[in-house]
Amino acid sequence: MCGIVGLYLKNPALESRIGELFAPMLVAMTDRGPDSAGFAIYGDEVSDEAIKLTLRHPDVNYDWAALASRVETDLGTGVQFFQNNNVAVFKIHSDVDSATALISEQTPEVLQLSAGRSIEILKEVGLPENIAQTFDLQGMKGSHIIGHTRMATESAVTMEGSHPFSTGEDLCLVHNGSFSNHNRMREELRRRGIHFETENDTEVAAGYLTWRLREGDSLNQALENGLKDFDGFYTLTIGTRDGFAVVRDPIACKPAVLAETDDYVAMASEYQALTTLPGIENARVWEPEPATIYVWERSQPTGQPA
Amino acid sequence: MKTIDIAAGSVRELNQALHDQAEHCSEREFVVTNPKGAHNIACGLDASVAVDIHGHAGYFCAGMNKSASVTVHGNAGPGLAENMMSGSVRVKGDASAAAGATAHGGLLVIDGNAGSRCGISLKGADIVVGGNVGHMSCFMAQAGTLVVCGDAGEALGDSLYETRIYVKGSVKSLGADCVEKEMREEHLTELTELLNRAGFDDNPADFKRYGSARELYNFKIDNAY
Repeated sequence: MCGIVGLYLKNPALESRIGELFAPMLVAMTDRGPDSAGFAIYGDEVSDEAIKLTLRHPDVNYDWAALASRVETDLGTGVQFFQNNNVAVFKIHSDVDSATALISEQTPEVLQLSAGRSIEILKEVGLPENIAQTFDLQGMKGSHIIGHTRMATESAVTMEGSHPFSTGEDLCLVHNGSFSNHNRMREELRRRGIHFETENDTEVAAGYLTWRLREGDSLNQALENGLKDFDGFYTLTIGTRDGFAVVRDPIACKPAVLAETDDYVAMASEYQALTTLPGIENARVWEPEPATIYVWERSQPTGQPA
Repeated sequence: MKTIDIAAGSVRELNQALHDQAEHCSEREFVVTNPKGAHNIACGLDASVAVDIHGHAGYFCAGMNKSASVTVHGNAGPGLAENMMSGSVRVKGDASAAAGATAHGGLLVIDGNAGSRCGISLKGADIVVGGNVGHMSCFMAQAGTLVVCGDAGEALGDSLYETRIYVKGSVKSLGADCVEKEMREEHLTELTELLNRAGFDDNPADFKRYGSARELYNFKIDNAY
Protein backbone atom coordinates (compact mmCIF):
# COMPACT_ATOMS: atom_id res chain seq x y z
CA MET A 1 0.00 0.00 0.00
CA CYS A 2 1.69 3.22 1.26
CA GLY A 3 0.21 6.69 1.51
CA ILE A 4 1.40 9.87 -0.14
CA VAL A 5 0.55 13.42 0.81
CA GLY A 6 1.71 16.76 -0.52
CA LEU A 7 0.87 20.39 0.12
CA TYR A 8 1.97 23.30 -2.04
CA LEU A 9 1.02 26.76 -0.81
CA LYS A 10 -0.09 29.38 -3.30
CA ASN A 11 -0.80 31.86 -0.53
CA PRO A 12 2.45 32.86 1.27
CA ALA A 13 0.41 33.92 4.32
CA LEU A 14 -0.06 30.22 5.10
CA GLU A 15 3.67 29.42 5.11
CA SER A 16 3.96 29.84 8.87
CA ARG A 17 1.21 27.20 9.27
CA ILE A 18 2.38 24.54 6.79
CA GLY A 19 3.39 22.05 9.50
CA GLU A 20 0.11 22.47 11.34
CA LEU A 21 -1.84 21.96 8.07
CA PHE A 22 0.27 19.03 6.92
CA ALA A 23 0.66 16.93 10.09
CA PRO A 24 -2.98 15.72 10.10
CA MET A 25 -2.65 14.81 6.40
CA LEU A 26 0.33 12.56 7.15
CA VAL A 27 -1.34 10.99 10.18
CA ALA A 28 -4.56 10.36 8.20
CA MET A 29 -2.58 7.98 5.96
CA THR A 30 -1.47 5.74 8.85
CA ASP A 31 -3.77 2.90 7.71
CA ARG A 32 -2.01 2.88 4.35
CA GLY A 33 1.49 2.91 5.85
CA PRO A 34 2.18 2.18 9.51
CA ASP A 35 5.79 0.96 9.07
CA SER A 36 7.65 4.21 8.65
CA ALA A 37 7.00 7.79 7.64
CA GLY A 38 8.85 10.82 6.47
CA PHE A 39 8.54 14.18 4.84
CA ALA A 40 10.51 16.70 2.83
CA ILE A 41 9.85 20.31 3.69
CA TYR A 42 10.96 23.22 1.52
CA GLY A 43 11.59 26.71 2.85
CA ASP A 44 14.11 28.70 4.92
CA GLU A 45 16.19 28.92 1.77
CA VAL A 46 19.90 29.68 2.03
CA SER A 47 21.67 32.16 -0.28
CA ASP A 48 23.16 31.09 -3.62
CA GLU A 49 26.64 30.92 -2.05
CA ALA A 50 25.51 28.50 0.64
CA ILE A 51 24.02 25.03 0.93
CA LYS A 52 21.87 23.20 3.41
CA LEU A 53 22.36 19.57 4.44
CA THR A 54 20.06 17.43 6.56
CA LEU A 55 22.25 15.04 8.55
CA ARG A 56 21.28 12.17 10.82
CA HIS A 57 23.10 10.32 13.55
CA PRO A 58 21.50 7.38 15.41
CA ASP A 59 22.56 8.90 18.75
CA VAL A 60 20.29 11.76 19.77
CA ASN A 61 23.15 13.14 21.96
CA TYR A 62 25.62 13.26 19.08
CA ASP A 63 27.94 16.27 19.29
CA TRP A 64 26.83 18.27 16.25
CA ALA A 65 28.69 21.36 17.47
CA ALA A 66 31.97 19.46 17.24
CA LEU A 67 31.18 18.37 13.70
CA ALA A 68 30.24 21.93 12.78
CA SER A 69 33.56 23.32 14.02
CA ARG A 70 35.48 20.59 12.19
CA VAL A 71 33.68 21.51 8.96
CA GLU A 72 34.36 25.20 9.62
CA THR A 73 38.05 24.56 10.12
CA ASP A 74 38.51 22.16 7.21
CA LEU A 75 36.52 24.16 4.67
CA GLY A 76 37.56 27.51 6.09
CA THR A 77 34.02 28.77 5.96
CA GLY A 78 31.08 29.64 8.19
CA VAL A 79 28.70 26.91 9.38
CA GLN A 80 25.37 27.36 11.14
CA PHE A 81 23.34 24.44 12.36
CA PHE A 82 20.28 23.54 14.38
CA GLN A 83 19.37 20.20 15.85
CA ASN A 84 15.98 18.47 15.63
CA ASN A 85 15.99 15.23 17.61
CA ASN A 86 18.58 12.92 15.99
CA VAL A 87 18.84 15.10 12.89
CA ALA A 88 20.70 18.35 12.32
CA VAL A 89 20.38 20.88 9.54
CA PHE A 90 23.73 22.37 8.54
CA LYS A 91 23.95 25.60 6.58
CA ILE A 92 27.40 25.86 5.06
CA HIS A 93 29.03 28.51 2.86
CA SER A 94 30.32 25.97 0.41
CA ASP A 95 29.20 23.69 -2.41
CA VAL A 96 27.41 20.38 -1.92
CA ASP A 97 30.22 18.18 -3.28
CA SER A 98 32.96 19.58 -1.00
CA ALA A 99 30.78 19.57 2.10
CA THR A 100 29.39 16.08 1.47
CA ALA A 101 32.82 14.63 0.74
CA LEU A 102 34.25 16.11 3.90
CA ILE A 103 31.45 14.97 6.18
CA SER A 104 31.31 11.43 4.81
CA GLU A 105 35.08 11.12 5.15
CA GLN A 106 35.26 12.58 8.67
CA THR A 107 32.14 10.95 10.10
CA PRO A 108 30.97 7.94 8.11
CA GLU A 109 28.34 7.21 10.79
CA VAL A 110 26.55 10.44 9.89
CA LEU A 111 23.97 9.87 7.15
CA GLN A 112 23.07 12.65 4.78
CA LEU A 113 19.30 12.72 4.18
CA SER A 114 19.17 15.67 1.81
CA ALA A 115 21.22 18.41 0.20
CA GLY A 116 20.24 21.62 -1.51
CA ARG A 117 19.27 25.18 -0.73
CA SER A 118 15.72 24.66 0.47
CA ILE A 119 15.00 20.97 1.17
CA GLU A 120 15.05 19.27 4.58
CA ILE A 121 14.15 15.57 4.81
CA LEU A 122 13.10 13.95 8.07
CA LYS A 123 12.11 10.29 8.27
CA GLU A 124 12.04 7.41 10.74
CA VAL A 125 10.64 3.95 11.33
CA GLY A 126 7.38 4.00 13.28
CA LEU A 127 3.87 5.36 13.21
CA PRO A 128 3.36 8.65 11.33
CA GLU A 129 1.96 10.28 14.47
CA ASN A 130 5.12 9.47 16.44
CA ILE A 131 7.35 10.74 13.67
CA ALA A 132 5.37 13.99 13.40
CA GLN A 133 5.85 14.44 17.16
CA THR A 134 9.51 13.44 17.18
CA PHE A 135 10.37 16.19 14.72
CA ASP A 136 7.71 18.70 15.85
CA LEU A 137 6.19 18.78 12.37
CA GLN A 138 3.27 20.87 13.68
CA GLY A 139 5.52 23.85 14.30
CA MET A 140 7.32 23.85 10.94
CA LYS A 141 7.24 26.62 8.36
CA GLY A 142 7.77 26.36 4.63
CA SER A 143 6.43 26.83 1.13
CA HIS A 144 5.69 23.22 0.23
CA ILE A 145 6.00 19.78 1.72
CA ILE A 146 5.57 16.18 0.62
CA GLY A 147 5.29 13.13 2.82
CA HIS A 148 4.94 9.39 2.82
CA THR A 149 3.64 6.64 5.08
CA ARG A 150 5.14 3.29 4.19
CA MET A 151 3.82 -0.26 4.13
CA ALA A 152 6.95 -2.05 3.00
CA THR A 153 6.78 -4.52 0.12
CA GLU A 154 9.97 -4.50 -1.94
CA SER A 155 12.59 -4.05 0.79
CA ALA A 156 13.00 -4.09 4.56
CA VAL A 157 11.45 -1.73 7.12
CA THR A 158 14.41 0.50 7.92
CA MET A 159 15.02 4.21 8.26
CA GLU A 160 17.13 4.01 5.09
CA GLY A 161 14.24 2.38 3.21
CA SER A 162 11.80 5.09 4.28
CA HIS A 163 10.64 7.78 1.91
CA PRO A 164 11.22 10.52 0.75
CA PHE A 165 14.28 9.54 -1.23
CA SER A 166 16.64 12.20 -2.42
CA THR A 167 19.49 11.62 -4.83
CA GLY A 168 19.87 15.14 -6.15
CA GLU A 169 19.96 18.68 -4.82
CA ASP A 170 16.56 19.91 -3.63
CA LEU A 171 14.95 16.96 -5.42
CA CYS A 172 13.05 14.19 -3.69
CA LEU A 173 10.50 11.56 -4.42
CA VAL A 174 7.76 9.65 -2.63
CA HIS A 175 6.16 6.58 -4.16
CA ASN A 176 3.11 4.39 -3.74
CA GLY A 177 3.48 1.16 -5.68
CA SER A 178 6.32 -1.06 -6.78
CA PHE A 179 8.79 -1.09 -9.64
CA SER A 180 9.48 -4.38 -11.38
CA ASN A 181 12.63 -3.35 -13.22
CA HIS A 182 14.47 -1.60 -10.40
CA ASN A 183 17.39 -4.04 -10.20
CA ARG A 184 18.40 -3.69 -13.82
CA MET A 185 17.75 0.04 -13.77
CA ARG A 186 19.91 0.44 -10.64
CA GLU A 187 22.80 -1.31 -12.41
CA GLU A 188 22.46 0.90 -15.46
CA LEU A 189 22.29 4.05 -13.36
CA ARG A 190 25.32 2.99 -11.29
CA ARG A 191 27.28 2.72 -14.51
CA ARG A 192 26.21 6.29 -15.24
CA GLY A 193 27.62 7.39 -11.88
CA ILE A 194 24.47 7.58 -9.77
CA HIS A 195 25.09 6.52 -6.17
CA PHE A 196 22.58 4.37 -4.28
CA GLU A 197 22.40 3.81 -0.53
CA THR A 198 19.83 0.98 -0.43
CA GLU A 199 18.24 -1.89 -2.36
CA ASN A 200 14.95 0.01 -2.38
CA ASP A 201 12.99 0.34 -5.64
CA THR A 202 11.90 3.92 -5.02
CA GLU A 203 15.47 5.11 -4.61
CA VAL A 204 16.06 3.90 -8.17
CA ALA A 205 13.28 6.15 -9.46
CA ALA A 206 14.81 9.08 -7.58
CA GLY A 207 18.20 8.22 -9.06
CA TYR A 208 16.69 7.98 -12.52
CA LEU A 209 15.26 11.51 -12.25
CA THR A 210 18.60 12.81 -10.96
CA TRP A 211 20.30 11.27 -13.99
CA ARG A 212 17.79 12.70 -16.48
CA LEU A 213 17.97 16.18 -14.93
CA ARG A 214 21.76 15.99 -15.04
CA GLU A 215 21.49 15.14 -18.73
CA GLY A 216 19.63 18.40 -19.26
CA ASP A 217 15.99 17.27 -19.10
CA SER A 218 13.45 19.62 -17.57
CA LEU A 219 11.47 18.03 -14.74
CA ASN A 220 8.67 17.48 -17.21
CA GLN A 221 10.94 15.80 -19.76
CA ALA A 222 12.52 13.65 -17.03
CA LEU A 223 9.07 12.42 -16.00
CA GLU A 224 8.04 11.86 -19.64
CA ASN A 225 11.12 9.66 -20.00
CA GLY A 226 10.27 7.97 -16.71
CA LEU A 227 6.85 7.02 -18.06
CA LYS A 228 8.67 5.12 -20.82
CA ASP A 229 11.36 3.53 -18.66
CA PHE A 230 9.66 2.70 -15.35
CA ASP A 231 8.00 -0.70 -15.33
CA GLY A 232 5.59 -1.14 -12.47
CA PHE A 233 2.82 0.43 -10.49
CA TYR A 234 3.35 3.91 -9.24
CA THR A 235 1.87 7.11 -8.09
CA LEU A 236 4.79 9.47 -7.60
CA THR A 237 5.00 12.87 -6.00
CA ILE A 238 8.20 14.75 -6.66
CA GLY A 239 9.41 17.73 -4.67
CA THR A 240 11.60 20.38 -6.26
CA ARG A 241 13.02 23.63 -4.96
CA ASP A 242 10.16 25.55 -6.57
CA GLY A 243 7.22 23.21 -6.23
CA PHE A 244 5.99 19.71 -6.78
CA ALA A 245 4.84 17.28 -9.46
CA VAL A 246 2.45 14.34 -9.50
CA VAL A 247 2.41 11.45 -11.97
CA ARG A 248 0.61 8.10 -12.12
CA ASP A 249 1.52 5.08 -14.23
CA PRO A 250 -0.51 4.46 -17.41
CA ILE A 251 -2.68 1.82 -15.73
CA ALA A 252 -3.25 4.03 -12.68
CA CYS A 253 -3.49 1.14 -10.22
CA LYS A 254 -2.45 3.30 -7.30
CA PRO A 255 -4.80 6.00 -6.07
CA ALA A 256 -4.33 9.76 -6.08
CA VAL A 257 -6.56 12.73 -5.35
CA LEU A 258 -5.77 16.38 -5.99
CA ALA A 259 -7.47 19.40 -4.48
CA GLU A 260 -6.96 23.03 -5.37
CA THR A 261 -8.16 26.31 -3.87
CA ASP A 262 -6.88 29.88 -4.21
CA ASP A 263 -4.60 29.15 -1.24
CA TYR A 264 -3.06 25.77 -2.01
CA VAL A 265 -2.74 22.63 -4.08
CA ALA A 266 -2.92 19.42 -2.08
CA MET A 267 -2.28 15.84 -3.10
CA ALA A 268 -3.10 12.64 -1.24
CA SER A 269 -3.57 8.93 -1.85
CA GLU A 270 -7.07 9.27 -0.45
CA TYR A 271 -9.48 12.14 0.05
CA GLN A 272 -9.55 11.29 3.77
CA ALA A 273 -6.15 12.97 4.14
CA LEU A 274 -7.44 16.27 2.75
CA THR A 275 -10.47 16.76 4.97
CA THR A 276 -8.71 18.87 7.60
CA LEU A 277 -7.51 21.51 5.10
CA PRO A 278 -9.19 24.92 5.28
CA GLY A 279 -11.81 25.46 2.59
CA ILE A 280 -11.65 21.87 1.36
CA GLU A 281 -15.47 21.74 1.17
CA ASN A 282 -15.36 24.16 -1.74
CA ALA A 283 -12.05 23.04 -3.28
CA ARG A 284 -11.85 21.64 -6.78
CA VAL A 285 -11.25 17.94 -6.12
CA TRP A 286 -10.25 15.52 -8.87
CA GLU A 287 -8.19 12.46 -9.67
CA PRO A 288 -5.08 12.91 -11.79
CA GLU A 289 -5.29 11.17 -15.15
CA PRO A 290 -3.05 8.17 -15.83
CA ALA A 291 0.29 8.83 -17.56
CA THR A 292 -0.21 12.58 -17.19
CA ILE A 293 2.29 14.88 -15.53
CA TYR A 294 1.00 17.59 -13.22
CA VAL A 295 3.44 20.27 -12.13
CA TRP A 296 3.04 23.22 -9.80
CA GLU A 297 6.08 25.39 -9.52
CA ARG A 298 6.65 29.02 -8.72
CA SER A 299 8.28 29.41 -12.12
CA GLN A 300 5.31 27.65 -13.76
CA PRO A 301 2.25 28.89 -11.90
CA THR A 302 -0.37 27.61 -14.34
CA GLY A 303 -0.14 24.22 -12.74
CA GLN A 304 -2.27 22.06 -14.95
CA PRO A 305 -1.11 19.03 -16.94
CA ALA A 306 2.25 20.14 -18.25
CA MET B 1 -35.84 11.24 8.88
CA LYS B 2 -32.80 10.27 10.91
CA THR B 3 -29.50 12.17 10.67
CA ILE B 4 -26.26 10.40 11.50
CA ASP B 5 -23.06 12.43 11.87
CA ILE B 6 -20.09 10.19 11.17
CA ALA B 7 -17.74 12.69 12.83
CA ALA B 8 -19.68 12.21 16.08
CA GLY B 9 -19.90 8.42 15.79
CA SER B 10 -18.41 5.87 13.43
CA VAL B 11 -19.11 4.23 10.08
CA ARG B 12 -19.73 0.99 11.94
CA GLU B 13 -22.50 2.61 14.00
CA LEU B 14 -24.04 4.08 10.86
CA ASN B 15 -23.96 0.78 9.01
CA GLN B 16 -25.38 -1.08 12.00
CA ALA B 17 -28.28 1.38 12.19
CA LEU B 18 -28.89 0.84 8.47
CA HIS B 19 -28.59 -2.96 8.73
CA ASP B 20 -31.11 -2.97 11.59
CA GLN B 21 -33.70 -1.75 9.08
CA ALA B 22 -33.56 -5.14 7.34
CA GLU B 23 -35.16 -6.84 10.37
CA HIS B 24 -37.66 -4.17 11.17
CA CYS B 25 -37.92 -1.04 9.04
CA SER B 26 -38.67 1.82 11.42
CA GLU B 27 -37.10 4.66 9.46
CA ARG B 28 -37.24 5.22 5.68
CA GLU B 29 -34.91 8.19 5.31
CA PHE B 30 -31.37 8.62 6.56
CA VAL B 31 -29.09 11.61 6.17
CA VAL B 32 -25.36 11.10 6.67
CA THR B 33 -23.18 14.11 7.46
CA ASN B 34 -19.38 14.53 7.67
CA PRO B 35 -18.45 11.47 5.60
CA LYS B 36 -14.98 13.02 5.07
CA GLY B 37 -13.88 10.33 2.66
CA ALA B 38 -14.49 7.46 5.12
CA HIS B 39 -14.52 3.97 3.63
CA ASN B 40 -17.46 1.52 3.52
CA ILE B 41 -20.25 4.03 4.09
CA ALA B 42 -23.73 2.49 3.68
CA CYS B 43 -22.45 -0.95 2.72
CA GLY B 44 -24.50 -4.15 2.74
CA LEU B 45 -27.91 -2.50 2.99
CA ASP B 46 -30.91 -4.80 2.70
CA ALA B 47 -33.98 -2.61 3.16
CA SER B 48 -36.00 -0.11 1.14
CA VAL B 49 -34.46 2.95 2.75
CA ALA B 50 -33.16 6.19 1.25
CA VAL B 51 -29.71 7.32 2.36
CA ASP B 52 -28.37 10.79 1.51
CA ILE B 53 -24.66 11.26 2.11
CA HIS B 54 -23.62 14.93 2.25
CA GLY B 55 -19.95 15.23 1.32
CA HIS B 56 -17.32 13.03 -0.33
CA ALA B 57 -17.32 9.28 0.35
CA GLY B 58 -14.26 7.00 0.38
CA TYR B 59 -13.75 3.44 -0.85
CA PHE B 60 -16.59 0.92 -1.40
CA CYS B 61 -19.47 3.30 -0.69
CA ALA B 62 -22.87 1.56 -1.03
CA GLY B 63 -21.18 -1.77 -1.75
CA MET B 64 -23.39 -4.88 -1.97
CA ASN B 65 -26.48 -2.68 -1.95
CA LYS B 66 -29.84 -4.44 -1.99
CA SER B 67 -33.13 -2.51 -2.27
CA ALA B 68 -31.84 0.76 -0.82
CA SER B 69 -31.51 4.05 -2.62
CA VAL B 70 -28.20 5.76 -1.80
CA THR B 71 -27.25 9.25 -2.97
CA VAL B 72 -23.79 10.77 -2.53
CA HIS B 73 -23.89 14.57 -2.68
CA GLY B 74 -20.20 14.76 -3.54
CA ASN B 75 -17.57 12.44 -5.01
CA ALA B 76 -17.11 8.74 -4.31
CA GLY B 77 -13.87 6.77 -4.00
CA PRO B 78 -12.90 3.46 -5.62
CA GLY B 79 -15.33 0.52 -5.68
CA LEU B 80 -18.56 2.52 -5.54
CA ALA B 81 -21.64 0.23 -5.43
CA GLU B 82 -19.38 -2.76 -5.84
CA ASN B 83 -21.42 -5.96 -6.22
CA MET B 84 -24.76 -4.12 -5.95
CA MET B 85 -27.68 -6.55 -6.15
CA SER B 86 -30.66 -4.19 -6.52
CA GLY B 87 -31.86 -0.72 -5.59
CA SER B 88 -30.12 2.40 -6.82
CA VAL B 89 -27.01 4.45 -6.15
CA ARG B 90 -26.45 7.99 -7.40
CA VAL B 91 -23.34 10.14 -7.16
CA LYS B 92 -23.75 13.85 -7.80
CA GLY B 93 -20.03 14.37 -8.39
CA ASP B 94 -17.35 12.05 -9.79
CA ALA B 95 -16.63 8.42 -8.96
CA SER B 96 -13.17 6.87 -8.76
CA ALA B 97 -11.96 3.56 -10.22
CA ALA B 98 -14.05 0.39 -10.46
CA ALA B 99 -17.48 1.97 -9.97
CA GLY B 100 -20.17 -0.69 -10.15
CA ALA B 101 -17.64 -3.52 -10.26
CA THR B 102 -19.29 -6.97 -10.42
CA ALA B 103 -22.73 -5.42 -9.79
CA HIS B 104 -25.53 -7.92 -10.40
CA GLY B 105 -28.55 -5.62 -10.46
CA GLY B 106 -29.96 -2.20 -9.69
CA LEU B 107 -29.13 1.17 -11.19
CA LEU B 108 -25.92 3.16 -10.67
CA VAL B 109 -25.97 6.77 -11.88
CA ILE B 110 -22.88 8.99 -11.81
CA ASP B 111 -23.61 12.61 -12.71
CA GLY B 112 -19.94 13.47 -13.23
CA ASN B 113 -17.08 11.35 -14.53
CA ALA B 114 -16.16 7.81 -13.57
CA GLY B 115 -12.54 6.70 -13.29
CA SER B 116 -10.90 3.65 -14.80
CA ARG B 117 -12.51 0.20 -14.90
CA CYS B 118 -16.08 1.44 -14.52
CA GLY B 119 -18.35 -1.61 -14.61
CA ILE B 120 -15.48 -4.10 -14.54
CA SER B 121 -16.88 -7.64 -14.51
CA LEU B 122 -20.41 -6.23 -14.55
CA LYS B 123 -22.94 -9.00 -13.98
CA GLY B 124 -26.32 -7.45 -14.72
CA ALA B 125 -26.63 -3.96 -13.22
CA ASP B 126 -27.26 -0.84 -15.28
CA ILE B 127 -24.74 2.01 -15.05
CA VAL B 128 -25.39 5.48 -16.48
CA VAL B 129 -22.54 8.00 -16.44
CA GLY B 130 -23.23 11.66 -17.23
CA GLY B 131 -19.58 12.41 -18.01
CA ASN B 132 -16.64 10.30 -19.13
CA VAL B 133 -15.40 6.86 -18.13
CA GLY B 134 -11.72 5.95 -17.74
CA HIS B 135 -9.68 3.20 -19.33
CA MET B 136 -10.59 -0.51 -19.20
CA SER B 137 -14.24 0.19 -18.48
CA CYS B 138 -16.45 -2.91 -18.70
CA PHE B 139 -13.39 -5.17 -18.70
CA MET B 140 -14.74 -8.75 -18.83
CA ALA B 141 -18.26 -7.46 -18.23
CA GLN B 142 -20.80 -10.25 -18.49
CA ALA B 143 -24.31 -8.79 -18.41
CA GLY B 144 -26.14 -5.49 -17.88
CA THR B 145 -25.55 -2.14 -19.55
CA LEU B 146 -23.18 0.81 -19.39
CA VAL B 147 -24.31 4.16 -20.76
CA VAL B 148 -21.69 6.89 -21.17
CA CYS B 149 -22.90 10.38 -22.08
CA GLY B 150 -19.33 11.66 -22.44
CA ASP B 151 -16.22 9.92 -23.77
CA ALA B 152 -14.72 6.52 -23.01
CA GLY B 153 -11.02 5.91 -22.31
CA GLU B 154 -8.69 3.28 -23.71
CA ALA B 155 -9.57 -0.40 -24.13
CA LEU B 156 -13.32 -0.05 -23.66
CA GLY B 157 -15.01 -3.41 -23.19
CA ASP B 158 -11.84 -5.47 -23.28
CA SER B 159 -12.63 -9.22 -23.24
CA LEU B 160 -16.31 -8.38 -23.08
CA TYR B 161 -19.04 -10.99 -22.66
CA GLU B 162 -22.67 -9.88 -23.02
CA THR B 163 -22.82 -6.40 -21.47
CA ARG B 164 -24.18 -3.76 -23.84
CA ILE B 165 -22.31 -0.44 -23.94
CA TYR B 166 -23.72 2.83 -25.27
CA VAL B 167 -21.36 5.80 -25.72
CA LYS B 168 -22.34 9.26 -26.94
CA GLY B 169 -18.87 10.78 -27.23
CA SER B 170 -15.60 9.41 -28.50
CA VAL B 171 -14.02 6.10 -27.61
CA LYS B 172 -10.24 6.33 -27.28
CA SER B 173 -9.83 2.68 -28.21
CA LEU B 174 -11.79 -0.56 -28.06
CA GLY B 175 -10.42 -3.48 -26.09
CA ALA B 176 -9.93 -7.00 -27.42
CA ASP B 177 -13.10 -8.47 -28.92
CA CYS B 178 -15.18 -5.30 -28.38
CA VAL B 179 -16.76 -3.93 -31.55
CA GLU B 180 -19.21 -1.26 -32.58
CA LYS B 181 -22.61 -2.74 -33.33
CA GLU B 182 -25.76 -1.70 -35.11
CA MET B 183 -28.21 0.34 -33.02
CA ARG B 184 -31.51 -1.45 -33.55
CA GLU B 185 -34.96 -0.38 -32.37
CA GLU B 186 -34.79 -2.53 -29.24
CA HIS B 187 -31.52 -0.87 -28.28
CA LEU B 188 -32.92 2.62 -28.75
CA THR B 189 -35.85 1.61 -26.55
CA GLU B 190 -33.54 0.25 -23.89
CA LEU B 191 -31.27 3.32 -24.00
CA THR B 192 -34.22 5.73 -23.88
CA GLU B 193 -35.52 4.00 -20.80
CA LEU B 194 -32.13 4.03 -19.09
CA LEU B 195 -31.59 7.75 -19.79
CA ASN B 196 -35.08 8.45 -18.46
CA ARG B 197 -34.46 6.47 -15.30
CA ALA B 198 -31.19 8.33 -14.77
CA GLY B 199 -32.89 11.66 -15.43
CA PHE B 200 -30.58 12.65 -18.32
CA ASP B 201 -32.03 14.37 -21.38
CA ASP B 202 -29.40 13.26 -23.89
CA ASN B 203 -30.77 12.16 -27.26
CA PRO B 204 -30.56 8.36 -27.64
CA ALA B 205 -30.02 8.77 -31.37
CA ASP B 206 -26.64 10.41 -30.66
CA PHE B 207 -25.20 7.24 -29.08
CA LYS B 208 -23.30 4.35 -30.60
CA ARG B 209 -23.57 0.81 -29.36
CA TYR B 210 -20.63 -1.46 -28.55
CA GLY B 211 -20.65 -5.11 -27.67
CA SER B 212 -18.78 -8.37 -27.84
CA ALA B 213 -17.71 -9.81 -31.19
CA ARG B 214 -17.98 -13.18 -29.38
CA GLU B 215 -14.71 -14.33 -30.90
CA LEU B 216 -12.79 -14.56 -27.63
CA TYR B 217 -14.89 -16.18 -24.97
CA ASN B 218 -15.94 -19.29 -26.87
CA PHE B 219 -13.26 -21.90 -26.81
CA LYS B 220 -11.40 -21.95 -30.07
CA ILE B 221 -8.26 -23.88 -30.67
CA ASP B 222 -6.79 -20.77 -32.32
CA ASN B 223 -6.99 -18.94 -29.01
CA ALA B 224 -5.03 -21.59 -27.13
CA TYR B 225 -1.30 -21.34 -26.66
